[in-house]
Amino acid sequence: MAETLAGAASDAAEAMPEFPMPRAAGCPFAPPPAVEELREQNPISKVRIWDGSTPWMITGHALQRALLTDPRVSANDKSPGNFPFVTAYRQQIAEYTPELIVNTDAPEHTRLRRMVNGPFLVKRIEAMRAPIQKIVDGLIDDMLAGPNPADLLTALALPVPSLVISELLGVPYADHEFFQRNSSLALDRAAAPEDSRAASTALSTYLDDLLGKKLTDPGDDVLSEMAGRVTAGEMSRSEAVHMGVAMLIAGHETTATMISLGTLVLLENPEQLALVRDSEDPKVVVGAVEELLRYLSIVQVGLRRVATEDIEIGGQVIRAGDGLIVDLHAANWDPEAFPGADQVDVTRPARKHNAFGYGPHQCLGQSLARLELQVVYGTLYRRVPTLRLAARVEELEFDHDGTTYGVASLPVTW
Amino acid sequence: MRVELDEPKCVAAGQCVMASPEVFDQRDDDGVAILLEEQPADELLDGVREAVAICPAAAIRLVDQ
Repeated sequence: MAETLAGAASDAAEAMPEFPMPRAAGCPFAPPPAVEELREQNPISKVRIWDGSTPWMITGHALQRALLTDPRVSANDKSPGNFPFVTAYRQQIAEYTPELIVNTDAPEHTRLRRMVNGPFLVKRIEAMRAPIQKIVDGLIDDMLAGPNPADLLTALALPVPSLVISELLGVPYADHEFFQRNSSLALDRAAAPEDSRAASTALSTYLDDLLGKKLTDPGDDVLSEMAGRVTAGEMSRSEAVHMGVAMLIAGHETTATMISLGTLVLLENPEQLALVRDSEDPKVVVGAVEELLRYLSIVQVGLRRVATEDIEIGGQVIRAGDGLIVDLHAANWDPEAFPGADQVDVTRPARKHNAFGYGPHQCLGQSLARLELQVVYGTLYRRVPTLRLAARVEELEFDHDGTTYGVASLPVTW
Repeated sequence: MRVELDEPKCVAAGQCVMASPEVFDQRDDDGVAILLEEQPADELLDGVREAVAICPAAAIRLVDQ
């Protein structure tokens, strides 16, 4: 009897799907077929990850919203149990990482988050529309004056968020190559842990130096604002530096990828591109940003959580200490939330997507990201109406290893 | 219809301000939502309903008087 049970258990273990799962060849925008299958069959079920542990994988839109707002679900990777770390490196650094908005729960999270919300207030972000428009116009001028075809990634997609986040933080733009190199290395799942660590250290050292300068010579920027809070004793210097690094990393690749892949999706769907390009109503571009955020859902490793108490949900019991992986792309393609979810439709009401997460940890920089994308999508296709791909989609090299999905380069011509 | 805002639950994501700027604002120092109109006019209710639907903290409710 015991043997039979053991045999059955090991069969179940063998049948358990491995996460992450590969995307299908020829479907660069769809979630992996195995993820879609899980959502259809059991939107809350277990998967096996790199360290052999078996966290729950949450793929349904409604389930994700319920769990991400449940106080029994913790983002604290030091909570007891089996927190499902994304990589061995993330696991190694967890015990040395100070308390940040990403790894704390209420009430500590509330205190930290309210301290950094100021610069990301909707009205303060909106005031950046004109400066961002100027940045985008300048980069498009340069692209049009340069060689044709061009790589949209280096001409526009990467420099836009670099310039914007550097301006926001008060980092000199002269250092932008250093930041792009180190932030992508720090986030690359395929990179050796020592390389990722070196990249994070380089970014921290640089920002600590810069914070030191802002303490004595403050400017009108986020780092100076945090320096003020350090002086006032509201925040430690280490917290401020880690927060600065987190903002830099979070604001770079994500926005760049939404610019490059969003453009690719529109170029592949000319009728959608025409709607975005030709409409006089600014709401159309706003809607297109939401739909492309939903459709692409570029965070491909899922949000990671751990249960602090038993939770009964969706016909399952999540035990205290069980890990959770919240796969945002799966929920954003959930046909119960978005009928015809596998089709891109810039006119659909897409606003309730989970692309920025949900709950208290929802993306701090989402208003800034939206604004950057609204300006880029609202400008590029009007100024360059003949824009088209200078390669076949099959020739493009997609990044399946990063925290966020992406494309290595996007050759375009006009 | 009356709008209820559960301030301690607010995570200051600013979603309500984007959905319904006539009814919601954010405090300057920490971004926590402020209710500008407790009983918004009917033409503002669609925006409020959207704010209710997208608030990541589920901190907003629209209730009958």
